[in-house]
Amino acid sequence: MHAFANPTRFLKLASWLTPLLLVGGLVLVAISLVWGLFYVPPDRLMGETVRILFIHVPAAWLGMGGWSAIAISSLVYLVWKHPLAALAARASAVPGMVFTAVCLATGSIWGRPTWGSWWVWDGRLTSMLVLLFLYAGYIALAQASARDGGSYKIPAIFGLVGAINIPIINRSVVWWNSLHQPPSITVGKSAIDPAFLVPLLIAVLGFSLLFGGVVLARMRALLADFQAEARLRRKAMEAA
Amino acid sequence: MSESKGLKAKHQRLVLVSLALIALVGAGLLASWGLRNQANYFYLPDQFVAAPPPVGQAIRLGGMVAEGSIKTLEDGVTVSFIVTDQKEARVPVLYTGILPDLFVENSGVVADGSMDAKGVFVAEELLAKHDENYVPKELEEMSQHQAAKMAQETTVGLD
Repeated sequence: MHAFANPTRFLKLASWLTPLLLVGGLVLVAISLVWGLFYVPPDRLMGETVRILFIHVPAAWLGMGGWSAIAISSLVYLVWKHPLAALAARASAVPGMVFTAVCLATGSIWGRPTWGSWWVWDGRLTSMLVLLFLYAGYIALAQASARDGGSYKIPAIFGLVGAINIPIINRSVVWWNSLHQPPSITVGKSAIDPAFLVPLLIAVLGFSLLFGGVVLARMRALLADFQAEARLRRKAMEAA
Repeated sequence: MSESKGLKAKHQRLVLVSLALIALVGAGLLASWGLRNQANYFYLPDQFVAAPPPVGQAIRLGGMVAEGSIKTLEDGVTVSFIVTDQKEARVPVLYTGILPDLFVENSGVVADGSMDAKGVFVAEELLAKHDENYVPKELEEMSQHQAAKMAQETTVGLD
């Protein structure tokens, strides 16, 4: 773990991993979306609207994945005090929030023709909206603490506390009667026909790679910011 | 700070954070458990039969549309159907308005409305509930064997 916590080593790793993830992700996303939008057969009940699956599901997965990344990085920061963990958590917030918003928007567009409503206050939709608000709160808190040159401790605690919403989102359709259907994919089982499942899994993998690439790029940018600031401060000291 | 001391502080933090997480998860589970009957989006037919809601009280009913129960009334815009839990409980429903595309027999439905004096649920809004299965149109009529074969053909050249 300490080997990866070294910023120099991290930058060396990230400099080739970032473009690899971004390009790989883009290629997979392009393949899966062309496949999903043009070549997948219509669903028996939903017809053509099933195609929104290939955006909605990866977005939901990464919306929750983003907060999981924040929570794990925050835990690592709180216990081992690795500065790179704080950076990883900060860098995951905006992409996670974007995917959560995409999930809510596509879900709403999908809900109108299939359920007959843009929005209902059932367990799944409500807990996902709470996640969006948690992201907004986290981003504001992390920005404020960074501006004051404060430690990452308080955003880290917020990131851990907010993680309680993740299992609630996941279980919401099992614990409570909801309009949203129960999970289609569970461990070792899928209620999604292979004709939909294969492009869906490619889309999930592709968007995940893109997410990883964006997080790495943001971490590099944050690191460069810190270094530039430190250099300026040193120059100012020398001049004085 | 000596090495052993640093290690100690690290372990202390790990224990503290773990305890905090356990307390947090416990609190979350307790809260969800407390909400188990309050956070439902709708009530099931057997709950309606066991404890009928007061006449006129706004409530949501959710279940399956019973097979062969959908009937269009004489005015042409009102439908009557029965919501069931696939067991004993059956609740008759009346709805006037445009039906969602996914509203079919043996499929999930959530109705927003209230009971009338005759024990009929009068729905003001009707939502179709989709199940977790995604099946292509062409595959629905096929036998299992044909479907598996076609699925195999569609996924050829992937690996």
